[in-house]
Amino acid sequence: MRPVKLQIWDLAVAYPAGASCVTALEGINLTVHQGEKVVILGPSGCGKSTLLKTVGGFERPTRGTVLLDGRPVTAPGPDRAFVFQEFDQLFPWKTVVENLTFALKVARGIGAAEAWQRASEVLAMVGLSEWGRFYPHQLSGGMKMRVAIARALALQPALLLMDEPFAALDAQSRSGLQSLLNRMVAETRQTLLFVTHSIEEALVIGDRIVVMSARPGRIKQILEPTYTGLSLLERSEGAELRRQIRELLDQEAEEKAS
Amino acid sequence: MKSGLNKMAVVLVLLLLWEGYVRIAHVSPLLLPAPSRVLVGLGVYLENGALLRYTWQTLKMLLAGMGIGMLTAFGLTVLATTSRWGRDLLLTLTSIMNPLPGIALLPLALLWLGIGPRSLLFVIANSVVWAVALNLHTGFETVPLTWRRVGQNLGLRGWGLIRHVYLPAALPYLLTGTKIAWSFGWRTVIAAELVFGASGQAGGLGWMINLERYNLNTTGVFCGLVTIILLGFLAEAFFEAVEAWTIRRWGMSAG
Repeated sequence: MRPVKLQIWDLAVAYPAGASCVTALEGINLTVHQGEKVVILGPSGCGKSTLLKTVGGFERPTRGTVLLDGRPVTAPGPDRAFVFQEFDQLFPWKTVVENLTFALKVARGIGAAEAWQRASEVLAMVGLSEWGRFYPHQLSGGMKMRVAIARALALQPALLLMDEPFAALDAQSRSGLQSLLNRMVAETRQTLLFVTHSIEEALVIGDRIVVMSARPGRIKQILEPTYTGLSLLERSEGAELRRQIRELLDQEAEEKAS
Repeated sequence: MKSGLNKMAVVLVLLLLWEGYVRIAHVSPLLLPAPSRVLVGLGVYLENGALLRYTWQTLKMLLAGMGIGMLTAFGLTVLATTSRWGRDLLLTLTSIMNPLPGIALLPLALLWLGIGPRSLLFVIANSVVWAVALNLHTGFETVPLTWRRVGQNLGLRGWGLIRHVYLPAALPYLLTGTKIAWSFGWRTVIAAELVFGASGQAGGLGWMINLERYNLNTTGVFCGLVTIILLGFLAEAFFEAVEAWTIRRWGMSAG
């Protein structure tokens, strides 16, 4: 068995709402191993984004702990590189390549020459070598997202966190970026925690799929496909998993309705 | 470009009307000198270096006062962004001080700091600080959460986060604030110089205008006014260039 990267233990997160509290997450237990791609899937409002932000250090747990390489997570840090949902997560006052070198200098203390070298490498990986000198506002949404992924990967984090990064893209760019992500994560042996509300996306990306239920957010079931990648969707196993997940989510919706 | 040409044509027509009226009606140059006379006067002032001295004196005071005012505004804004009481302090002080024209504090400044450059700097800085603080505060408050989180994710905290994320992200507001500061400060410095004349040995443009009135040299008064107008144009062109070089090139805008 591969070593444990991330361990979430009895995690609960609650927000103050007026005089009372809204429980966003409750009783979350999850272990992510080195090099694993874990997808968190659920309906909107199930707390999947809160879970990711808690691992990222942006939210504080009300109960329980998050351990990264055995150490508790207390604040945001570059060992958990975060790719956000918004296109506009690059700094507009820096060129594409400056966005990457700045991140490397600040987060990893890397010198200018080496930062530039590494930035060029990851830009080539996401197919944007020609765009380094451009400013973010000159790029399309999909290109901005590729730069954001390149920035996160350049940091060589212990854990890569992605919060519905492809949700705002058109279908064609989305499937292109999903394959690109799979390829790059495989090349870099990166550990990935990925949040989505799309069943197809979960099947394409996840080694394991964590299905969540809403209000309070809990883990409903964890599925382990024997195969990952785009072609899973065409196999009978993919169809079976899709049916199974849809059933879990429908069951959820019915319970809420009654 | 076309509107620029149109404006030039309007100015030219007005100048010709003015020149014609003065010549035909034989207006005394003590009351209204013709533009041609003002032009000659400007030449004389430039040649003996007096105009440059006055201008430099005024600009020196204005830039120093703006510098003090903007640094104070920055300090207040950082306090207001990082603490609750700092925010209350800034908003209360701004609402009290903002409606007060900067020049109204000049008598107090003279009482406290005496007649001299310190009083001048005080009123200029005061006329600048609230407008800049208010704009910069709005800029800091509206920095998108995602950029702040990206900064935190890279490990930036405190001062690093302010320097690398808040300040550049708030640049559109900072520029707006600086433009307002310039125009407030400009009005204040000229008015203050009119009131108490020279600071120390050197006088500025406001002092020059008042002095030439005493001397019944109306042409000199007009030379001072024309210089002030031209400097205003230059400042506008400067801010325009800065905006083109920064926020427009980066596709950023306020609000």
